[in-house]
Amino acid sequence: MPVPTERKAQLLSGNEACVQGAIAAGVRFFAGYPITPSTEIAEGLAVELPKIGGKFIQMEDEIASMGAVIGASLAGLKSMTATSGPGFSLKQENIGFAALTEIPCVIVNVQRYGPSTGLPTSPAQGDIMQARWGTHGDHPAIALMPASVREAFDLTVQAVNLSEELRTPVILLMDEVVGHMRERVELPATDEITVVNRVKPTEDPEHFLPYKPGPNLVPPMPAFGDGYRFHVTGLVHNETGFPSGKGKDGNILVRRLLAKIEQRQPSIAQAELYQADDADIVIVAAGSVARSARAAVKEARAQGLKLGLVRPITAWPFPAEAINSVATTAKAMIVAEMNLGQMIIEVERAACGRVPVIGLNRIDAELITPQDIIARAQEVTKNVR
Amino acid sequence: MKKLELRLSGFGGQGLITAGIILAEAAILDGNNAVQSQSYGPEARGGASKAEVIISNEEIDYPKVGEADLCLAMSQQACDKYAAQTRPNGILVVDSGLVKNIPEFPGRIYAVPITEIATSEVGRGIVANIVALGVINGITNIVTKESLETAVLDRVPPKTKDLNKKALKAGYQAAQKVLQREGE
Repeated sequence: MPVPTERKAQLLSGNEACVQGAIAAGVRFFAGYPITPSTEIAEGLAVELPKIGGKFIQMEDEIASMGAVIGASLAGLKSMTATSGPGFSLKQENIGFAALTEIPCVIVNVQRYGPSTGLPTSPAQGDIMQARWGTHGDHPAIALMPASVREAFDLTVQAVNLSEELRTPVILLMDEVVGHMRERVELPATDEITVVNRVKPTEDPEHFLPYKPGPNLVPPMPAFGDGYRFHVTGLVHNETGFPSGKGKDGNILVRRLLAKIEQRQPSIAQAELYQADDADIVIVAAGSVARSARAAVKEARAQGLKLGLVRPITAWPFPAEAINSVATTAKAMIVAEMNLGQMIIEVERAACGRVPVIGLNRIDAELITPQDIIARAQEVTKNVR
Repeated sequence: MKKLELRLSGFGGQGLITAGIILAEAAILDGNNAVQSQSYGPEARGGASKAEVIISNEEIDYPKVGEADLCLAMSQQACDKYAAQTRPNGILVVDSGLVKNIPEFPGRIYAVPITEIATSEVGRGIVANIVALGVINGITNIVTKESLETAVLDRVPPKTKDLNKKALKAGYQAAQKVLQREGE
């Protein structure tokens, strides 16, 4: 196995850890088109996949690579792609196709400064809403935001597992800072990693209905070539998988797509709370910004200012419960993000007006610093007293 | 040990990011925590390049370097920009062949012809980054000599191990020289 069975301290980048996580989770197909700051993931998998019988293919563009990923997943392989803003935009149509047709796949988006080509090598967190609503129509969304190299590994494994279990595209929403920074990390041993595989049908192929949901609302999925005949279409379909052209089938199908995530939501939505219980001001920050926030909490507390941190690990489903848990104890919340206010919308929604919610936003291509956060917290302290 | 923050700056192609990685790996071999990050322009060579390394025996949260304890400047542009972002009681190491005008700096300044040593003494300009690591560690002892050598040899192509060992040694010798001069 490529993943060492013994823990060993090493220096890895978030992108390198993502490669290791993909291999450990059982990803055996990658198609992509290189783009900064995600390229190291493609490079890493181009080296690692062939060694273990996997396939790597560099496609002509991002649209085609998303198509190849969907095709490979239908053929039975756990499949993944990696990109950044401009490529993420191009992949949206096929992400919607994968959502409607229930094809497991993982899309890594190492966020960079946008819109458009923007600042290719600079960090941002401007794709939080795109990860939810980038493709058209009502659809489920799962997006995970690692804040460390170890978490880049763990959440890659989790992204693959969730996509397999729920037959849905899952987005690993990194940012340039986490993707490119290297830090000391001990990866888990092989036997410490849980790997989930898609459920396959067991019934007689003669009577197989490809979109008949199982008890968890997820239809079992055969691979092409397993002996089950099925049809895959982006048109609204019924349990037979064939286009039906009927609104009532769309009503059943799209509601089920959302429900299969919603019924799992309490265990999918995750957040980390750090010194949040007794905090006067709670910082809400995800990804690399959460590291700055953690440093700010430590430094501010040493100065007598009681800060705390809620760090959403899943951007989607948004961990509203974690916000709820501090909305009545904190005097104010500061949402720090490298965009002009995306996650704050969800925080406000969860806080329901019980606590003032203030934004701290930077879009000058620099990571928000602990000092930025402390300065804003001091300002807010004056105003809420 | 307390937290140490280093900034290695210059232009793309000088191997500064590799140097940063090697230093961080040496710190890990010593049993410490390390974070390495970088910024660079879209072009691979010629644009501004900077690697940052934080070494600590505690958890490292904020991964970037604000005011550095040590700054290596391997271009005039980098020196002009980053000398001011170094702690007043910190250390500024400049490649004296590339940095002609050293800005006002209240801390310790060491001017070493790093690239020239790589070219003439070691024989290959490409190992200037390893010479620089020898210079930095010779002055500061941030990491143990054993760990640094192991980290260098683990990262470089097998055929260039001797060359890189020589480069590291030349760096240590140059550090000795400037320290002696300082003592006089």
